[in-house]
Amino acid sequence: MILDRIASTATESPPSASTHNISRRGFLHAGAAAGGGLMLSLRLPFARGEADAADADSFAPNAFVRIDRDGRVVLTMPYVEMGQGTYTSIPMLIAEELEVELAQVRLEHAPPNERLYANPLLGVQATGNSNAIRGAWQPMRQAGATARVMLVSAAAKRWNVDPTSCRAQNGEVLHAPTGRRIKYGELAADAASLPVPQGVALKQPKDFKLIGTPAKRLDTPPKVNGSAIYGIDARPPGVKFATLAQSPVFGGRVRSVDDTSAKAVKGVRQIVRLDDAVAVVADHMGAAKKGLAALKIEWDEGPHAKLNTADIAAELEKATLTSGAVAQNIGDVGSAMAGAASKVEATYQVPFLAHATMEPMNCTAHVRSDGCEVWVGSQAIARVQAAAAKAAGVPVEKVVAHNHLIGGGFGRRLEADYAARAVEIAKQVDGPVKVVWTREEDIQHDMYRPYWFDRLTAGLDAKGMPIAWTNRFAGSSVIARWLPPGFNNGFDPDSTEGAIDLAYDLPNLHVEYVRAEPPGIPTAFWRSVGPSHNVFVTESFMDELAAAAKKDPVAYRRALLDKSPRAKAVLDLAAEKSGWGQPQPAGSGRGVALQFVFASYMAHVAEVEVGKDGAVRVRRVVCAVDCGTVVNPDTVRAQIQSAIIFGITAALHGDITLQNGRVQQSNFHDYLMVRMNEAPAIEVYIVQNFEPPGGMGECGTSLIVPAVGNAIFAATGKRLRRMPVDSAALKQPT
Amino acid sequence: MAFTISVNQKAYTVDVDGDTPLLWVLRDVLGMTGTKFGCGVALCGACTVHIDGAPTRSCVTVIDNIGKSEITTIEAIGATAPGAKIQKAWLDREVVQCGYCQSGQIMSASALLARNPHPTDADIDSAMSGNICRCGTYLRIREAIMQAAQS
Repeated sequence: MILDRIASTATESPPSASTHNISRRGFLHAGAAAGGGLMLSLRLPFARGEADAADADSFAPNAFVRIDRDGRVVLTMPYVEMGQGTYTSIPMLIAEELEVELAQVRLEHAPPNERLYANPLLGVQATGNSNAIRGAWQPMRQAGATARVMLVSAAAKRWNVDPTSCRAQNGEVLHAPTGRRIKYGELAADAASLPVPQGVALKQPKDFKLIGTPAKRLDTPPKVNGSAIYGIDARPPGVKFATLAQSPVFGGRVRSVDDTSAKAVKGVRQIVRLDDAVAVVADHMGAAKKGLAALKIEWDEGPHAKLNTADIAAELEKATLTSGAVAQNIGDVGSAMAGAASKVEATYQVPFLAHATMEPMNCTAHVRSDGCEVWVGSQAIARVQAAAAKAAGVPVEKVVAHNHLIGGGFGRRLEADYAARAVEIAKQVDGPVKVVWTREEDIQHDMYRPYWFDRLTAGLDAKGMPIAWTNRFAGSSVIARWLPPGFNNGFDPDSTEGAIDLAYDLPNLHVEYVRAEPPGIPTAFWRSVGPSHNVFVTESFMDELAAAAKKDPVAYRRALLDKSPRAKAVLDLAAEKSGWGQPQPAGSGRGVALQFVFASYMAHVAEVEVGKDGAVRVRRVVCAVDCGTVVNPDTVRAQIQSAIIFGITAALHGDITLQNGRVQQSNFHDYLMVRMNEAPAIEVYIVQNFEPPGGMGECGTSLIVPAVGNAIFAATGKRLRRMPVDSAALKQPT
Repeated sequence: MAFTISVNQKAYTVDVDGDTPLLWVLRDVLGMTGTKFGCGVALCGACTVHIDGAPTRSCVTVIDNIGKSEITTIEAIGATAPGAKIQKAWLDREVVQCGYCQSGQIMSASALLARNPHPTDADIDSAMSGNICRCGTYLRIREAIMQAAQS
């Protein structure tokens, strides 16, 4: 998976972790907490396998479990809650082994501190890539189990009995022969002075009490009564409100501003001019917006003033005719292709996409002579801190960054541009200022899911089965900008995920990636990242091969899965539950798609109706998933439902286009979202096993796009090789 | 100019231009941040409040048009019977993900239930399709409304 590969390919020297001067004792350190409790420090790898790669002589904890004297268990960790349920599922791991009620565990946002909370190989503190549970699974349970053994030892010592005659339950230690019991809180200080036991055995899955049960989300109650505080709700005393206009063409600058009318608006306090943006500061956002509308700004549009999407697509298409970095090579494609009975060739394209989080970009900043304070909701708070420091011109230690709940992340809030903007504006404002982007600014100044162009060829044998597969694709590398050490020799582990390491047994496969950065439009991670593009292409093309071979799409895929029983099992399950093969009404069709990404196996069957006018309705989606051990099955279902809707929005509507350098879409009337009336029925079937957990927040998104495309093919015989769905191409002649 | 409005049965006087949208009066002037900003042009429903019981997009409702009408926001909807039922169903059905749009969803849903105690699927589509949820919680919203209607 993405970060696994980065961890294993990063060649830069990792920042030294030895500054903590904590010797490595397994991966856990125990000691006294301030206030007299027990504090465990542990290391959550951001990807499996990282622990082995880390320097064995140093130990850099990035999560902390504190058992207070009052018995509360407080967990501080680097992941943030953005709706994916991590704030519930990770405490479940601790509670399971520690033998406490889930309600007894409280979770705190980690403050920004790359030194403490970052992966030492990556140097970032971030929530993304569907890796929270994957990373936390082993160490969090180990921490809980170790703390439990220490608490039991402390109790046994106090009673002067054999620890094996004691057991932990419900937040206390019980001495069964005498019926004596002591609460954890009363034992925490004693436990802190004991040595850390090594190699404490973890529970067998059959003994799990919490893991695998549908626990209630801990973050929900304040979200139904208006009391939850998101970044946009921060209100430091004396705060003013600002909104802004940024150069409508990326790379443009402000030429002149006439602010006479804007200044006359009641409640407008100040106009702030930056090189490439103008902000209006006011007593409330209503006045700021009215002031902004009254500004007369002339822009120097810069070098991209004539740029159109078609130019970018043409450049990318050209790039796929040059060789790129080899992402994966299996067998001998050249010979196999030469000996093929037939060939199938296709090109595919996917558009730029905006994130359109429901909470528009915003950040509150207060710049003082000696430092800076910011209030924000971020997936990568330490990046916000660094960006704020740079913009304010102060050392990073002088920036206090307060993180909040996130009103949608989807990768957008892994960036820190909105924080830098707020600080640039706040530098000219006396006191704190909340900078809120209008929806139009949010959509037109996003950092977009890259546009991709893909060129594929398959060689089929006499029976129509693939014996050779080549895929060369071109597009932006987000990793190369966001995490330069992750980009090595032209290889980008994110951009290629879903195009390589396929579940299918393809004896001769050659995949190349050509990095091609479009001018004049910034790119970023977007929910389901590399697979958001690759799975659409790979699974649509696989469907083309099945059609070329005149075979059933499920049976065709199944024949290639003998070496991947877990993939075959989810395919079979989705086919069975969907009623695959049963007749559909005219104008309707079923499409299947299969993937192995984020360490989870998933199959979707989508049912669509295509109207005579070409309008597509997704009626029903059946999902079968094997994500290894399920921690919270209700969260797995919720994430799959969510990811499917997110992906259908992209498949049916998502298209950010440039004309004369400007993003043409601006709000929800022309950047459409799936709504209640368009939402399909969704059925989720979970394969039960106790393999290590896979990621879950993103899988459903990448997979639904080809499932819908393949269903449209089944309904109409028309193959869509560019997303989003072009209804005009599906319209029936009258 | 000064306007006196009644929010959650309490009177507030604010000094803003008459064309100021209610949303910003609630959030920025009065500090009631439960009502959310999503689009500014009545396309997403995040800013939904009740004005005399009717679900209303506060981002396009100017203060000058409110007069003596009673405004109810997410902060007080739990005090109404339909609002309390909806909030409970939201928790029971684990509807929420990021939660940002849910103030507006709950305001739309409780208005629906107040005027139509037993909505059909089509009624729900019609009442709720003005509210966007980027986390895609629609299926659970529908289930929760159905549950609240039966409680």
